Amino acid sequence: MPEPPTSTQKSRKFRGVVHIDWNRCKGCGFCVEFCPPKVLALSDAYNAHGYHPPYLTNERGCTGCDLCGLYCPDFAIFGVRVPAETAEVEVPASEG
Amino acid sequence: MSASPLVESPVNPVEPFLRTERMPHIWCPGCGIGTTVNCFARALVESKLNLDKVAIVSGIGCTGRVAGYLKLDSFHTTHGRAIPFATGLKLANPNLTVVVYSGDGDLIAIGGNHFIHAARRNVDLKVICVNNFIYGMTGGQVAPTTPVGAVATTSPYGCFERPFNLPYLAESSGAVYVARWTVFHVRHIARSMVEAFHKKGFCFIEIITPCPTLYLRRNRLGDSLEAMRYYKQKSVIKNSASTKDVDLGFQSEIVVGKFVDIERPTLLESMDQQLRQTLKDRYAGLGGGA
Amino acid sequence: MKANPRAVLAGAHFLDGDQACSEGALAAGANFAAGYPITPSTEVVERFAARIPTVGGIFIQMEDELASSIAILGAAWGGAKSFTVTSGPGFSLMMEHIGLAAMTETPCVIVDVQRGGPSTGLPTLPGQADMMQARWGSHGDYEIIALCPNSPQECFDLMIDAFNLSEKYRVPVMFMMDECVGHMTEKVVIPPADRIEIFPRRYTSLPPSEYRPFQPGPDGIPELVKAGDGYRFHITGLTHDERGYPAMNWRAQEKLVRRLVEKIRRHSDEIVLYDERDVEDAEVIVVAYGITSRVALRALQMARGEGIRAGLHRPIVVWPFPEKRLRALAEKVKAFVVVEMNYGQMMYEVERYAAGKVPTLLVPHGGGTVHDPADILKAIREAAR
Repeated sequence: MPEPPTSTQKSRKFRGVVHIDWNRCKGCGFCVEFCPPKVLALSDAYNAHGYHPPYLTNERGCTGCDLCGLYCPDFAIFGVRVPAETAEVEVPASEG
Repeated sequence: MSASPLVESPVNPVEPFLRTERMPHIWCPGCGIGTTVNCFARALVESKLNLDKVAIVSGIGCTGRVAGYLKLDSFHTTHGRAIPFATGLKLANPNLTVVVYSGDGDLIAIGGNHFIHAARRNVDLKVICVNNFIYGMTGGQVAPTTPVGAVATTSPYGCFERPFNLPYLAESSGAVYVARWTVFHVRHIARSMVEAFHKKGFCFIEIITPCPTLYLRRNRLGDSLEAMRYYKQKSVIKNSASTKDVDLGFQSEIVVGKFVDIERPTLLESMDQQLRQTLKDRYAGLGGGA
Repeated sequence: MKANPRAVLAGAHFLDGDQACSEGALAAGANFAAGYPITPSTEVVERFAARIPTVGGIFIQMEDELASSIAILGAAWGGAKSFTVTSGPGFSLMMEHIGLAAMTETPCVIVDVQRGGPSTGLPTLPGQADMMQARWGSHGDYEIIALCPNSPQECFDLMIDAFNLSEKYRVPVMFMMDECVGHMTEKVVIPPADRIEIFPRRYTSLPPSEYRPFQPGPDGIPELVKAGDGYRFHITGLTHDERGYPAMNWRAQEKLVRRLVEKIRRHSDEIVLYDERDVEDAEVIVVAYGITSRVALRALQMARGEGIRAGLHRPIVVWPFPEKRLRALAEKVKAFVVVEMNYGQMMYEVERYAAGKVPTLLVPHGGGTVHDPADILKAIREAAR
């Protein structure tokens, strides 16, 4: 039988999403390089100027930190945090 | 807090600052100037400045084009003379926050004299110097910041002149705020910019940036990504470093940080105080301010 | 609008040309000057530096003429009425920014108290050899307005005209003094402020959404704004379109540069200003400006004494040059005699407008002192033959 919970803590899960201006990108690779969860990669597809813009390899992995946006010299990508539902998770005290 | 819906058509934080009708900009793939503009945009938001009162003055060169892309009162002036133009602008309207955004060649070579005098006088300007070690716009000529041994079109056998140590030059000329970052240090750059916006006096921020087309290519240093990796790997944050010791060599260690943050009266403050003191009730003020 | 009484030193004074020039700037409402010391012009800014803090405004000595000439442009875009002062060597340094002022249509006044040249030349002695430079000194095509006083009184009066012209036409105006006029002391009568007419800066009343920095009005001149009023405008020295954005193509070049040039040429009738003496019956007309025009008067006197019907045409606005008047005079006279303190500059304008109908004689002088009236008389006699 599991022990009764001795404390609870709320845990908020954020997701992030990136917005990519496909044709502004010049494929420099900064966003891919400096994405902390490493969820960006340059796609095989070309944009109108012949560059390979990035895409999200793992949609659940993006935290919306917007470092990609900060680094992008062409203003072609930015990330936003998308707050998900708050989950109340009961955590035993020993694991607090 | 309950779940909030996805923000409808979110906007790139830099977008409201851009003259979008002029996009795309002219900078090369991997050029770091655009990255510094992102930092600038975020710094403007965070500093909560009244954007109608922010003016930006550029000189000539790749970085000089920044003024033309930003939706602020912006001035694209002559080579090397952004600082004296900005001085006149600030003196005529002290309520403006005047930013000078230009490159190393523009600010330090042809503009060198104006740079040291504005620092000496402590004119209230925020000077952002994008240093790519080269004259980019004109095709890759040697600059007073080019490291010894680096190749450029006008020193094709390797640069043999010792470059300026910009933070040292700024500090010894009298700048009250001196920082150097590489364009890898995006959050630090934004933070330094916010500090500079709120600080009175001559503030100088050097941002080391890759020029992939000319400096990197001619010196076989790979692409901008490799340059960024070099910045990440070889830079060391030493806020307490003496500016005398932060010289740069070819692909050397890069000392970054906020080196100087002191207080002293600005040009306008000194001018006002001196005249008030001497003229007493005959003093009619400096006439400016909108 | 009228002048600011606080700035106007109303009354009768004994001033030299440099000092009167400074008073003229103050009376015109100048509240910003940036300059660099250079003989024989320095007294203009020295006086301004002493006077402006009691009127309200700023003088700053910049590190060189390059900085001075652009600081006045920055100040203008910040809302100030600005000017700078120099002589030959400094004038040469200012050329790039005269071009920038013309290209960005920034109102400002640049005073050149001419001295002997070229190069370092004769710092303390007069010359008139910068006249063509005033017109053509900067690279590219542009038009400016230039005035030439011949007395301390005119140094005062014409400075006000210079500022008014720069505001009306959104153009840099050159104020071409010479060391003689600059350093001679004469009576200068300064009228009360309510009798001095100031042309107000042509600020737009359009809202930011409609305003275009280089959209010309019907007279070919756009309205102005200043930084800090929410217009978020862009100014560049690159060839630009009405929005002020760089437009690097021949069509934009044609449109913009043609307008910059036509802006002055179309209005030359209103801008041109000259003074004449005894030209109604003249068989020989002496053309002279600045201090030389006063020396020429003596020669005129001598010539009339010998029975030669000599007259004087004195351009006061030297650029644009009084073309129409010269062409008209060319129909009536036997010859022109151009007297200038150089080896031939405005002479070319006169000769051009004489259009081969009548000869143009030059009485040159390297500068360093004024002409000997006898030399002018000699030429008048030659012209009258």
